[in-house]
Order: sequence, then C-alpha cells, then structure tokens
Amino acid sequence: MTEQIRKPADYKSAIKPIWCPGCGDYGVLSAITKAFAKLRLEPENTAVVSGIGCAARIPAYINAYGFHGLHGRALPIATGLKLARPDLTVLAMGGDGDMYSIGGNHFMHACRRNVDITLLVMDNRIYGMTKGQPSPTTEPDFPTHLYPDGTHLQPLNALAIALVAGANFVARTFSGDPNGLAEDIAMAINHPGFSVIEILSPCVTFRPEQRDWKHQVQRNVLTPAASVAEALQVVTTGPELATGVIWKGDRPPYEGPGEKAGIALDRLLEGFAA
Amino acid sequence: MSQTSLNSVSFAISGSGGAGVMTAGEILLMAAAKAGYYGLQTRSVGPQIRGGEAASLMRLATFPVHVHADAFHILFAVDWLNFDRFSGEIDLAEGAIVITGKDSGELPEKVAQTASDVIRLPLHDLLKETKGRVNMLAAGIIGRLTGLPEDALADAIARRFASKGNALVEISTATMRTGYAQGEKLLNHEQRLAPPEPRNGERWIINGNEAAGLGALTAGVKFAAAYPITPATEILEWLSPALTGAGGMLIQAEDELASINMIIGASFGGAPALTATSGPGLALMAEGLGLAAAAEIPVTVIDVQRGGPSTGIPTKSEQTDLDIALCGMHGEAPHLVLAATSVADCIRTTAWAVHLSERLQAPAIMLSDQMMGQMKTIMPRPDLPDLKAERETVASCGEEDYARYALTNSGVSPMALPGTPGCMYTADGLEHDERAIPSTRVEDHAAQLKKRWRKLADFDYGNAWADISGEGPLAVITWGSTAGAVEEASREAEEAGIRVRTIVLRLLSPPQKAKLEAALEGVETLLILENSFSGQFARYLRSFFTLPENVRTFHHPGPRPVTAREVLEAIREAAS
Ligand SMILES: Cc1ncc(C[n+]2csc(CCOP(=O)(O)OP(=O)(O)O)c2C)c(N)n1
Ligand code: SF4
Ligand SMILES: [Mg+2]
Repeated sequence: MTEQIRKPADYKSAIKPIWCPGCGDYGVLSAITKAFAKLRLEPENTAVVSGIGCAARIPAYINAYGFHGLHGRALPIATGLKLARPDLTVLAMGGDGDMYSIGGNHFMHACRRNVDITLLVMDNRIYGMTKGQPSPTTEPDFPTHLYPDGTHLQPLNALAIALVAGANFVARTFSGDPNGLAEDIAMAINHPGFSVIEILSPCVTFRPEQRDWKHQVQRNVLTPAASVAEALQVVTTGPELATGVIWKGDRPPYEGPGEKAGIALDRLLEGFAA
Repeated sequence: MSQTSLNSVSFAISGSGGAGVMTAGEILLMAAAKAGYYGLQTRSVGPQIRGGEAASLMRLATFPVHVHADAFHILFAVDWLNFDRFSGEIDLAEGAIVITGKDSGELPEKVAQTASDVIRLPLHDLLKETKGRVNMLAAGIIGRLTGLPEDALADAIARRFASKGNALVEISTATMRTGYAQGEKLLNHEQRLAPPEPRNGERWIINGNEAAGLGALTAGVKFAAAYPITPATEILEWLSPALTGAGGMLIQAEDELASINMIIGASFGGAPALTATSGPGLALMAEGLGLAAAAEIPVTVIDVQRGGPSTGIPTKSEQTDLDIALCGMHGEAPHLVLAATSVADCIRTTAWAVHLSERLQAPAIMLSDQMMGQMKTIMPRPDLPDLKAERETVASCGEEDYARYALTNSGVSPMALPGTPGCMYTADGLEHDERAIPSTRVEDHAAQLKKRWRKLADFDYGNAWADISGEGPLAVITWGSTAGAVEEASREAEEAGIRVRTIVLRLLSPPQKAKLEAALEGVETLLILENSFSGQFARYLRSFFTLPENVRTFHHPGPRPVTAREVLEAIREAAS
C-alpha cells in the first residue's frame, strides 16, 4: 500500500464525545490524533482498547479499530490482542480508577510482562463517570459524598509501581499541552515494550479546582533518568505536577513463550499410544 | 480355590508418600492396553501438595469402561498411614483380597470387616535381592493375579522409564518379576481377567484433560490464556507446548479475570481462543463472558468441575457448576453450554464448542469434571473430529458505513478483523446499534438482544445435541461423566430384561426443546441422574422442557461419583 499522508483530523471518528465541556480528555483525544498523524499509523492496523469510565469512552472517538470492554480489563484485552496480532499497533487507555484500582493487578503484571503496548492513563484523581467517588490517586483530605472528611488514605504512586514492576517507558504528561503530549505518545508508541503515560487530565465537573493545573503544571521539565533507582527518586520525591519522560528502559518486549517451547502434534499423539 | 475368569477386575494400590503407587498403576494400565484389555485409572490423594498418601484406583476389563466399578477385588496397601482419607472410595467386593506388608500394622476396621482374605507378605525381604521399589513388586503381584502377561509388564516398564536410564529399567523389571513369581504362589486368590478380544488397531491411554486439549488443538485454537487451578491444570500443561508447536501460544495470566479478557482480545484479533478453569475460576470469568456475549466475540471456556462452593474439594469430582454455567451471567447473555460425555468425547465436544463459538460469534462453556478430566483411560485410537474454527469474516468494507452488528437473517453479523481496511469499528460491551455505536434506545436494546438470542436459538445443531439409545416407556436421562455409569447400568438392565431408553445431553444451552421432547415421546417414566446434592440438572430439565408425568430423580453430591450399581437400582425401582 502506498503511504498516505494523514492529518490529525483523519484519525477522528464521526462520533461526538459525551464528555462535559472543558473535560481534560478532549485534549488527550486531540493529542492522540496528532501522534497517530505524526507516525502515519494506518487506522486499520491500529487498535485502541479501553475499560470503563469517562476516559475509557475514547476508542469510539478515534478512527481505528477499538475495543470498549470492561471496567479494569483493558490491559488483558490489549495483551491478548497484541500477542495474537503482533502486526498491530496496540494502545490501552482508561482512567485512574480503571487502571489503578479495579485493574490494578493487571497494571502491575502488564508492566512486568512488557508486551509492546502503550498505556495512557487519564488521571483526574476521581471517579468521573460514577459522579465523584475517591480514586486511588485522590488526595487524603479531598471531601466526597462517600467520605465527607476525606479518605485519610495515602494516594497510590502508580508510576513508582510501574518503574519497579518493569515498565519499559514511563512518562507524566498534561492534557492541557496536546502538542507536548502528542510528542510523548508518539515516542511511547515507538519505544519497544510496555509504555506507561500518566496524563494529568482534569475532571472539570467533580474536581473544578483542577482547572488550575494549567498554571501549576511544570511542563516538560523531566528528562529520562539514568537508572530505575534515579527514576524512582523523581516520582517519589520530585514535584507531583512536573511532566516529561521519566524512564526509557531497554528490556526486550515479551512476544510469547518462544518457538523452542513447542512440540509438534505428531509427537504429542505418539505420547498417547499404548 | 481358583475362580472363574472375570470381564472386569478392580483393584487399588495405596501407600504413603514416595511409595510410587501411581506409577505402579500406570505400568499395569499400559500392560493391560498392550495385552488388548480396556481399563482406567484414577488417583485419590490426601490434601498434601506432594508426597503424602495416595491411592491408585484401577479397573481393567475386556470391554471399554468409563467409570469405576462399585467395589474392588484387590487392595494392595503398602502401609495404612492415613488410609481413612480414601477408604470411603474403596469398597471391597465379596471375596476381595487384601495384600499388605508383614509388619505394616493393624488393618483399618472397615477393611478388616470386609476383606475375605488378608495376605501378609514380607515386602522388605522380597526387595532385598533386586533393591527395587515396592511399587514394582505390587505391579508384578497384581499383574500375575489378574492374568496380565509378564512380557507386557516388562514392556510397559521399559517404556515408562525409558528416559530415566537402563539401570532403573533393569531394577524395576527384576522387581516386577519377583512380584510376578510371588503372585504365582497366590494363585488360589487369582482374580483373573477373561482373555481379551483380539486387539485390532492402535490403542491410546489418555485422560479427559489431555483429550480436551487435543480437541481444542484440532479445532484450530491458536491462543489460550489461563490461570492454574486443579483439576484443569493438565489441560494447560498439555496445550502450552502443543499450541506453540502449532504456531500459537498459551499465556499464564495473572488471574482468571485476565484469562478471559486476554482470550477476548486475541479472538477480537482473529485468533480462535480458549481458556480452561474450574468452578472458582468460572465464577471470576462471568463478567467477561457477558462481555463476549454482548460484543459477540467467540471464546471457549473449559470448566473442569470440582466439589464446591468456594475452594470446596479441589481434587474431587462433582457436577455442580451447571447452574452457574447456564444461568450465571449478568443481564441476558445468550451463550453455548456443552458437556463432554466421556474421556474420548472430551476431544469431540471441545472441538464442537470451539467450532460453534466461532461460527456463531458467541461464548461457549464446555463442561467436564475432575473424574473425567483426570481419569486415564484405554481407548481405541479415536479419529480426530473434523470440527474446525471457521469464522466468517469481512474482507473489506466499501463506501457505505460498516455495520458490525447488522440485523441479519441468521443473527450472525459480519465481523471485520483489525487489519481490514475501511471497516474500523469499536467492539463494545455497552449496548449499541447496528453500527456499534453505544445506544440506550429501547429499540436498539430489543433488536440486539433478540439478534444475539436468535443466532443461537435458530441454529441447526444436527444430531450431536444428545446421544440416544434404546427404547421403551422408561427413559433415563443424564449428562457429563455420569453417562458412564448410566451406559453400564442400562446394559445390565437390558440383560436383566428391563428395557431402557437412555438420553445423554451434550448440548445443554440453547436447550433443544423440540428435539428432546420428541426423544421423550412415549416415555411414561423419566429417571434423571446426576452427581449433585440439590438436583441442578433436574431443575434445568423441569424449567426448559415439558417432561413426562412421572419423573424420578437420583442424585447425590461428590466426591463419590454416581455408580452403575446405584443407577441400576434406580432403574429397577423406576421400572417396578
Ligand atoms: C465491574 C464494575 N464495577 C463498577 C463499575 C462502575 N464504574 C464505572 S466507571 C467507574 C469509575 C471510573 O473512574 P476512572 O477510571 O477514574 O475514570 P473517569 O470516569 O474518572 O475517567 C466505576 C466505578 C463498572 N462499570 N463495572
Ligand atoms: S465527569 Fe469529569 S471526567 Fe467525566 S466527562 Fe465530565 S469532566 Fe470529564
Ligand atoms: Mg478518574
């Protein structure tokens, strides 16, 4: 096939997003289409898999193959798809609840497994879709209907987990900077193995104060660390709202058990002969 | 007193950790197959992970057997440590002999009461010369008493230990021969098998789990993801290298939620995909099965049932996941439920499950159970089924919008795989319209629900939905591994002059109402048999079918399977 020059708009589907006006996820959608255009991805050879939540509605808005699955289960679906179809470019997406709470186990194991998938987590530190319950990243004193006095729980440091669990590319970005975000997404897609991009993406409805992130975020101040230990330093002691690429690893991606593990059918059948 | 020869002999070999009773059983099974007999082997183990006491439960016969007999003719107990753990599964037949060590201690009460003869042998002394192991001695003694040729035993030992070196083969063979010679002295206790029919064609020794794996492989499964669980793990262990060898792969997932969703992802990408689990795993997969139903992604789940609920009795059988398999989904999620009827049938029914699932773009659950899954059985080498994963897919999409969930006549909609130009769509568990766009409209929900229902309900499943034999006003109906006991009991009933119609269901959902009701025509009494406490199968039959007026049920929970004797008694009662 001859290579087509595609514009970001070519990667938008005709479906209108259900998001609230001003939701950070619009910026993510825009950045994704820019990144796809930059990489000239063929829509038919690209698959976008998500779970459930406001953020997870995104596949339908993208012109590519999509899978809008179950709350928390985007990563296993993406993993099965990528292993069975290594020819596809596979991305997984969802919110902080989707990926870090109900899908937390898959998140950890996807990092460890290191299949060549790019994960985008739209972190708004709240459950948007179910109207404002605390998520694993919600600040301990943030009041909700469920916990009027806050959760008193320490927020989860998901990027630290990603680093120690073996993710091969780790970045924090901001939806209010679609161009910077597009660069990072393109870089993550090109990086072999499992890539995690945490996107600060405001929920203007249940966390209106996050509108201020556009003044607070320190854009693109982070650079890839020299070691996982150094990268850990950055995500554990550095400023929370600083963005940039934090880690680029060189672990080879996992593609399956490998041919050597195979046994031919004839030999297996011989094993039954009595 | 030497006895007349038998068409079926049962024996148990038990012992504490390291005695190798399972290996002894395998050797005897291999030798029996070589000599032209049929037979089966199951193992009973205590709760310990490894080592610990175990019993090899065996049945050899001149005809194909699918279940244990009711009682054992020979019990060879290396020792009696924790014997009570399996004594409930080892009832001794009239005239049964017990062979044990001279100094192995007192017999358990139940054994002492029922054994007609106890033979105490100086096991240690007998092993002095060859320095072999007691299990090979047992194989030799039992081999002699049941009338297996010594050569067949030696051949089995050579094959079984081939990879472990000559020295072991030699010691083991010599020890077996010591046992065989010892058996010679016990011939007044002989439990000799009648001569076998001449063996025509190849025989296999295979268990239901391997058979299910083979069925999946022959149907063209290319991707499996699963989380280890007893008693399904052997399927995974067999399939993993097999799939790799066939250009596919098996992935050990982090849990069953991942297993089911990984296979959904792989299948969305076009790879026929499967997982295997047991009850607790099936429960965890329920949400994923709902997704596969809604998004119309073919996947097959093999459930090797075990005692439940919760962790239950992981190593023992029961037919109690029927309720959850049929009705355990959230919302209304039409799906296929099939059940293998024997070890051999695990091949065909698994292949059929994969075939139907792919054909109808729906999830399929294939029910097996611990008994069938882990029972090693001698059978004629089966023909591999010609049931393949044949999914119809769209080659390309034109100008007009592609409708992934179009309301077609058959209810099966055109499926495009990623990579197909022009057909990009988002598969969705959210209710959607024909073009896969999420919708909360009454009309879309009704139309899509009906379509998903119709494609399964209206499909012609042919004759394989059940195995039916015999005729007359008394019918016996069952499913799964209980079919083995029913088959044997029905044969005995016929021999006793009681006519029985037997029906073994293979396709449980969608229920084949018209077909079953036709099969029940003229039936006055229907006897329903199953291995469950509450009668799940009877409840299923009552809710989906119009049954004859006179319905009787017989069921009890595992870990004891329903036996042929129990079935025969129930038949006699129903016939009287
Ligand atoms: C099994 C299951 N449990 C609960 C829900 C309800 N639910 C839907 S979205 C969601 C939280 C979403 O939060 P997040 O992932 O942060 O996404 P956001 O809406 O904030 O973008 C919950 C709890 C569900 N759909 N499925
Ligand atoms: S609720 Fe919050 S996260 Fe959801 S669409 Fe509205 S602004 Fe965005
Ligand atoms: Mg959120």
